[in-house]
Amino acid sequence: MTARLQVEAATVTYRQPGRGVLTAVDGVDLRVEPGEVVGLVGESGCGKSTLARAACGLEPLAGGRILLDGEPVQRLGLRAREVRLRRIQMVFQNPYASLNPRRRVGAQIEDGRRVAAGAPAPVGELLESVGLDAAAASRYPHEFSGGQRQRVAIARAMATRPDLLIGDEPIASLDASLQARVAALMRRVALENGASLLFISHDLAVVRAIADRIAVMQSGRIVEQGPAEQVWAAPQHPYTRRLLAAIPVADGLGRLPAV
Amino acid sequence: MTGLEITGLTLELNGRRILDGVDVSAPAGQVTGLAGESGSGKTMTGLAVMGLQPAGSKVGGTVSYDDGEVQVADLLSLRPGALNRMRARRIAMVFQDPSSSLQPMLSIGAQLTDHVRHHLGLSRQAARTRAVELLERVQVPSPEAALKRYPHQFSGGQLQRIAFAIAIACEPKVLIADEPTTALDVTVQAGVLRLLRGLTDDLGLAVLLVTHDLGVMSAVADTVAVMRHGVVVEHGSRYQVIREPRTEYARELVESLPHTPPPGTGEPE
Repeated sequence: MTARLQVEAATVTYRQPGRGVLTAVDGVDLRVEPGEVVGLVGESGCGKSTLARAACGLEPLAGGRILLDGEPVQRLGLRAREVRLRRIQMVFQNPYASLNPRRRVGAQIEDGRRVAAGAPAPVGELLESVGLDAAAASRYPHEFSGGQRQRVAIARAMATRPDLLIGDEPIASLDASLQARVAALMRRVALENGASLLFISHDLAVVRAIADRIAVMQSGRIVEQGPAEQVWAAPQHPYTRRLLAAIPVADGLGRLPAV
Repeated sequence: MTGLEITGLTLELNGRRILDGVDVSAPAGQVTGLAGESGSGKTMTGLAVMGLQPAGSKVGGTVSYDDGEVQVADLLSLRPGALNRMRARRIAMVFQDPSSSLQPMLSIGAQLTDHVRHHLGLSRQAARTRAVELLERVQVPSPEAALKRYPHQFSGGQLQRIAFAIAIACEPKVLIADEPTTALDVTVQAGVLRLLRGLTDDLGLAVLLVTHDLGVMSAVADTVAVMRHGVVVEHGSRYQVIREPRTEYARELVESLPHTPPPGTGEPE
């Protein structure tokens, strides 16, 4: 079976003037199957966002290839994105920057609907599916809180009826107690619409709660991947163990997590 | 008791009651946790104690302060000048996101010596020496060089350590920490939590720790107060609140956690 998203030995490098070349993503292999939720975790600077950007053609590859349903994802240039590649949608980290402040959210979701393959749901329904009022369509982004804006961004991504939804730290800039809720919402909305989800986060506890499979990334490489429960309960790689040991456990015992 | 005693704290903003009589005490040498969902008023409690509530809000109740040397019956009734002397000198605050709480255009050295010179009246040289000591205390590598650098040249974890150094620079007795580790990676968070615990124990600080993360609470807080709709619904030792919650709401909050067995032990759920 062809994977929805297949990343084969992908490498992304950045030239840093005066400091040589930085290999942000270093020969990564990753598969996301249809209807699957894959969590990609790692600390800041490990290359997980770069990998996400490469997966939708926003970063040129220095090596390897990335396939969507068996066909290569081309780098996005000045020309409009190929129609088949519009089936990848991304939800970015900062909903304050990813929404246009001068347009009503309904119009922005309408943009997504216009490029949809097949018949997209009406704007009101899309908003309701992410827990907002249908009447919110006539409001502007500044009238919403951070969590609500991220919901709008999710609705906009889903309006195109994507086959693959990528969340690049979609919960990192949200109020802490909303993070788990928005993550669960993304999983629900993606699966209800038959899309796969690649969910990127530095928060292993949240990823574990929503992902079917977890891939752990360190310094541009994936050091471990497997079913969520297996990675959580029986981590193989020392780095994964270290990440897990650093999560404070709510057991009331006052144990400081290992450094 | 030395420390901070909040009694019947209320806060009204645009006709909405955000805090509805918060009672909580934060004794010296202990970390007192304020837990609750977003919108429960935990952050607003911390801000109101510092006199940093949003413009136009009406604050009621009392916040008494006592460090053995100085007693203030009610911080809320202080005049701006007197309140300013209390802030930084006696009470300090650390915020969630160090990349926005530090001034991007000023060097770390300037941000670490400015208030010290103002409040403690130290000379430029003495303030500098103190800044180096502080950076050593919070384990920022090569403190001398760090003084000349700017916030964008540090990682989030290092910046939060620097924010702690700035907060404790004038030897406050009360520290309010609002989600101080939420923006950090878990491995970095572990280090900052150790630092917070160490400062509390070594300096005898009364720490009011605002966080939604019961794991963080469980790691560093001595007592945990659970807030909902602007009131404290339960306050007890961390063990009691997390393991044997007495109120329905606290139980729900603990049960809503993604159940976390100690990782790596393979314990079934």
